[in-house]
Amino acid sequence: MIASYFPILLFLAVATGLGIALMSLGLLFGTRKTNDEKISAYECGFEAFDDAHMKFDVRFYLVAILFIIFDLEIAFLFPWSVVLEELGGFGLVSMFIFLFLLVIGFIYEWKKGALEWE
Amino acid sequence: MFGWSELVPAFPEILVLSMACVVLLVGLFTDKKKGGFIVFLSVITMMFAAILTLKDHVAGVEFTKTVIFNGTFIRDEFGDMLKVVVYLLMISVFFYAKQYLRQHDNLQGEYFALLLFATLGIMVMISGHNFIALYLGLELLALSSYALVAYNRNDLNGNEAAMKYFILGALASGMLLYGMSLIYGAVGTLQINEISQAIAGQNNDMFLVLGLIFVIVGIGFKLGAAPFHMWVPDVYEGAPTATTLFIASAPKIAAFALAVRILGQSLDVLMIHWQSMLATLAIVSIIVGNLFALQQTNLKRLFAYSTISHIGFMLLGLVGGAEGIAASMFYIIVYTIMAVGGFGMIVLLSNKGMEADQIADFKGLNQRSGWYAFLMLLLVASMAGFPPLIGFFSKLYVLKAVIDQGHIILAAVAVIFAVIGAFYYLKIIKVMYFEESETDQAIDASFDVKTVLSINALAQLGLLVLLPVLFQYCIRVTGSL
Amino acid sequence: MTLQHYLIVSAILFVISMAGIFVNRRNVLVVLMSIELMLLAVNTNLIAFSKYLDDVQGQVFVFFILTVAAAEAAIGLAILVVLFRNKKTLETKEINELEG
Repeated sequence: MIASYFPILLFLAVATGLGIALMSLGLLFGTRKTNDEKISAYECGFEAFDDAHMKFDVRFYLVAILFIIFDLEIAFLFPWSVVLEELGGFGLVSMFIFLFLLVIGFIYEWKKGALEWE
Repeated sequence: MFGWSELVPAFPEILVLSMACVVLLVGLFTDKKKGGFIVFLSVITMMFAAILTLKDHVAGVEFTKTVIFNGTFIRDEFGDMLKVVVYLLMISVFFYAKQYLRQHDNLQGEYFALLLFATLGIMVMISGHNFIALYLGLELLALSSYALVAYNRNDLNGNEAAMKYFILGALASGMLLYGMSLIYGAVGTLQINEISQAIAGQNNDMFLVLGLIFVIVGIGFKLGAAPFHMWVPDVYEGAPTATTLFIASAPKIAAFALAVRILGQSLDVLMIHWQSMLATLAIVSIIVGNLFALQQTNLKRLFAYSTISHIGFMLLGLVGGAEGIAASMFYIIVYTIMAVGGFGMIVLLSNKGMEADQIADFKGLNQRSGWYAFLMLLLVASMAGFPPLIGFFSKLYVLKAVIDQGHIILAAVAVIFAVIGAFYYLKIIKVMYFEESETDQAIDASFDVKTVLSINALAQLGLLVLLPVLFQYCIRVTGSL
Repeated sequence: MTLQHYLIVSAILFVISMAGIFVNRRNVLVVLMSIELMLLAVNTNLIAFSKYLDDVQGQVFVFFILTVAAAEAAIGLAILVVLFRNKKTLETKEINELEG
């Protein structure tokens, strides 16, 4: 019973190790030039300490609109991956067709310039 | 599990989906001034879809009903007949849309891609054999329509119409879904045929009846039947005319199919309950539609109220038993052909910067062009149900089925208000023939649009030849459900 | 917790969303939120039934409703944005160009 959790333990160990390794690499070899912009708290284009009841840019909505669709369509991948073994080749190809349709939507919005901030 | 061979019956849907994507991408790389190629692609798509749908119906080969994708999709004669009508309607919608968008210098690929996606939604609604599939088709149609209504981004009326359409459309889907969830709770399945079997084996419980009420309210909203009609006039008036003529045509067929699949096929055991509800909706729609239409001066708004009364007639047919469903199918097919032509006429008379959506814009049309006045006369007279035209026979079949079922009072009320309704149609005819024109501007349209419009209007006479055949088909396909 | 409890919660959510659409007619954004709430009420219903009936179809339906709701919200917001650009307000009583 406990043994079945071994992969998770291994995963945690690798994740922790990799995290520490990468951070220490950055600490050791990274160049650090600080300025006001860099060390101030960052919050999605707002002043960090400001009135919460402010109008915000309509462009945030646009990005949110585009994000929310892709975000939720991807949710179909989870149940699919669980039963992929039973679905076989047909299931695999079907999902690729689905993703291809999403990519067409992505090409469309890219070409339309919906991803440009300005 | 699924296999590749399961895809074969769904070829028309697959074709429309692929072509919608192609049109979307081609539209990105096409200049706004051109765009004829996009229209061509869309029309060709509908033609090939028609071939794919009809190829299984050639003489001598037995057509068998097929249910695929774990029972979520059905290919039957009923669906195929409605789909072929939808293809034909969409071809004329494409031509009118081209004319309208050219007038406004706004012909873009998106518009046609959205129309194709909406068509796909309609096809899924027609072929859905499971609540999930029906819901997905409905939403694909609805979401595309919202975008089509808001197509002129800088037109305030269009934006407002889109917002109203969106809110009430979403409300309707919410109602429908709540009803579906209650029905699911009562019978434990979402499959159309299994629901019917499950209900037959048990007593009417509260969930079922409650679910039925919500479903009917949802369908009522989608169809625009009174008292759930408040969005119809606003959306018809505010939307670009090309969109209005789309909303007035093919989606009505989809809503009819939805009603037949849900009420006629899955909830058939509860027929006594839903018949009385539909009869109420039908009569209220006929009364409200005809009375409000009398005082309109805007033609799009007038047609909106006339749609409500026509939907009332269609619903009345559903009360008339098995023959009534056939009559109602015939009615909705005939009505959509008339509606698409009527709005096509508005598109034809519009110019850049001017929409001919007032009745006054039709003043003296006979002087400007006798031919178009005649076509409009045919369309309007057919909508009013004047005797030799096809619109008369569609009303006749519905009334006959209703009377055969013994609902004489319903039929009498319907007839009285249809006669009252004839007044506002006569008003249009009077304006066209007996008043002086205020403008002598030439009517400017490309040859193909003129041809489509002429065929469309002459169909009011031409279909008389096919009348018995067409009605026989309606009886056959609804009988085979 | 029995089935009834879930159904009552879902019915309450549904009624609140209805009230949000028909009674509280101040701002269009509130109406959009009410529409989302309505779909959540349906989802609660479906999941409760799905668990009660021990049948997976209800949960599959919820999955589809969730994704469609996202697309619906996207279109709703997009229409809201164009409406706001032209109108400069989202007060429901101001949106009255089409009456008659």
